[in-house]
Amino acid sequence: MARLVVLGGGVAGHTTATFAAKWLGSQHEVVVVTPNAKWNWIPSNIWVGVGQMTKEEVTFDLAPVYAKAGITYHQAKAVSINPEGAESSDKPFVTIEYTSADKAGETETIEYDYLVNATGPKLNFGATPGLGEGSQLGEHTVSVCTADHAVHASEKLNEAIEKMKAGTRQKFLIGTGHGMCTCQGAAFEYIFNIEHELRKAGVRDMADMKWISNESFLGDFGMGGLHMKVGGYVVSSKLFAESLFAERGVDWLIGAHTSKVENGKVEYELLDGSTGEEEFDFAMLIPPFAGVGLKAYNKAGEDITDTVFAPNGFMKVDADYTPKPYAEWKASDWPRTYQNPTYKNMFAAGIAFAPPHIISKPMKSPNGTPINPTPPRTGMPSGIIGKAVAHSVCDLMTKGDSAHLHEASMAEMGAACVASAGKGVFDGTAAAMTVYPVVPDFEKYPGTGRDTDYTFGEIGLAGHWIKHILHYLFIYKAKLNPGWTLIPE
Amino acid sequence: MSEKKLVEEEVNFQKSDAFNLTMIPGAFARKMRTCVIWQFIRFLIINIKMIIVVGKSH
Ligand SMILES: Cc1cc2nc3c(=O)[nH]c(=O)nc-3n(C[C@H](O)[C@H](O)[C@H](O)COP(=O)(O)OP(=O)(O)OC[C@H]3O[C@@H](n4cnc5c(N)ncnc54)[C@H](O)[C@@H]3O)c2cc1C
Repeated sequence: MARLVVLGGGVAGHTTATFAAKWLGSQHEVVVVTPNAKWNWIPSNIWVGVGQMTKEEVTFDLAPVYAKAGITYHQAKAVSINPEGAESSDKPFVTIEYTSADKAGETETIEYDYLVNATGPKLNFGATPGLGEGSQLGEHTVSVCTADHAVHASEKLNEAIEKMKAGTRQKFLIGTGHGMCTCQGAAFEYIFNIEHELRKAGVRDMADMKWISNESFLGDFGMGGLHMKVGGYVVSSKLFAESLFAERGVDWLIGAHTSKVENGKVEYELLDGSTGEEEFDFAMLIPPFAGVGLKAYNKAGEDITDTVFAPNGFMKVDADYTPKPYAEWKASDWPRTYQNPTYKNMFAAGIAFAPPHIISKPMKSPNGTPINPTPPRTGMPSGIIGKAVAHSVCDLMTKGDSAHLHEASMAEMGAACVASAGKGVFDGTAAAMTVYPVVPDFEKYPGTGRDTDYTFGEIGLAGHWIKHILHYLFIYKAKLNPGWTLIPE
Repeated sequence: MSEKKLVEEEVNFQKSDAFNLTMIPGAFARKMRTCVIWQFIRFLIINIKMIIVVGKSH
């Protein structure tokens, strides 16, 4: 019997573990190490953050689901990996630290035959002074990155609405909290959901709303933007994003690196090198992402973290990490199998893998500050990668080391994304988008880098219905209810 | 001389230079966004398009 250990029970890790358990049956063991007791459908945190859903509606207990699937579950966080074992044994192992109330702080080692790192991002609040490192909830700003953050954000939003009702104008500042952030889509959803709620509460005219982001143009979304066919034209997402902001009366400040956050004020640097300040009463600024800080040690106990992980803390996989200028970036730089090049029994899935470079055009201010979005790895690619990795590991376990590895390059897969712009069965809207492929391939699709037959977007109530249905569908799937394997990632 | 009626959806053009240089949907386009019958048709079409992209990606 061989053992697969999956680190992280989020979108990618949960997909890997549940498919592996199904395909391997009781012949082999699947172990999940993840610090939370609950699974969270993160996209719906946006609705928690505006009081339209509760924390309970977007989370569920993991233990019964893993018990049903025959998965061994440790509520713990991985601390380090010893891919060569220790002096006493060649067997590789991970060191974990329990986070469950009964065992909090206790450490343990778990041996593995195969390891999948799906630990997602560290929410790196510490990268920007004042953004909220250590506070769990943001210091002067709020966050919607976890369900608890979103509950707190909703409380603060209610306070702001009450102030407006009492006649005090409020300034809302939403966007990215650093020049190297990703996940602009989440901030985009949050600003328009707030705008929708303010209109419903009858206080929109008491609110000044501003978007602040590290994108060099609105609608970049960390993917270098996208082009879609609309009304006989092929148009950039910039035009659509600007149109929505103008329609809803939301100002924007782009190409901005938020350098400091204080009570009611942010300081920023722009791509032209100028600096400025922006005041706010309510701010939600997405923190930059980094790897979760796993360490790696060789057999002798020497630190080999630099061999296994990239400097940003994400795990190295089969990507081409050779530094090269933007003009030479290729779709083939992107990983296909997510296997670690040094230790072939280790894989990374979802946000945890180190991308070869960003997708958007790299930008720097004249002062040398990089101001550009880092690549998004949204739900669908994270799930597809998680499933491909599960397939590969299962084949290696059942067919031996020569088994064919499954591939899921982000330069060959599309993504369907539905960005909510307000919740409501009859007055809600969302931008429904697909992009194919996620990473543009200018050799295959000269011009836009993407197939414009499969890259489209439109805003409307239909998008909202889809987003709402997906909420129930993905939670149903993650709970492993009957037919769960039929629901695509 | 009668004053031209305010076209509500065009007012935002005046609010900033950035707003002025983009496109803003008119009353009809806005209405269609929440018109249940039209959106039901779009719902079917978008779902088909998404299923095709999902199918190409797996
Ligand atoms: C507010 C918000 C809205 C979003 N909306 C959308 C959307 O509408 N559509 C979309 O496609 N994507 C959306 N995303 C992105 C989507 O959530 C991510 O792409 C997806 O969660 C990535 O999956 P993952 O498994 O890599 O990471 P995660 O889902 O974050 O999972 C990582 C897991 O690893 C665990 N972990 C952390 N550290 C350790 C450790 N040391 N050891 C073990 N486990 C660890 C974490 O607790 C977590 O369970 C949104 C993101 C945010 C923040």
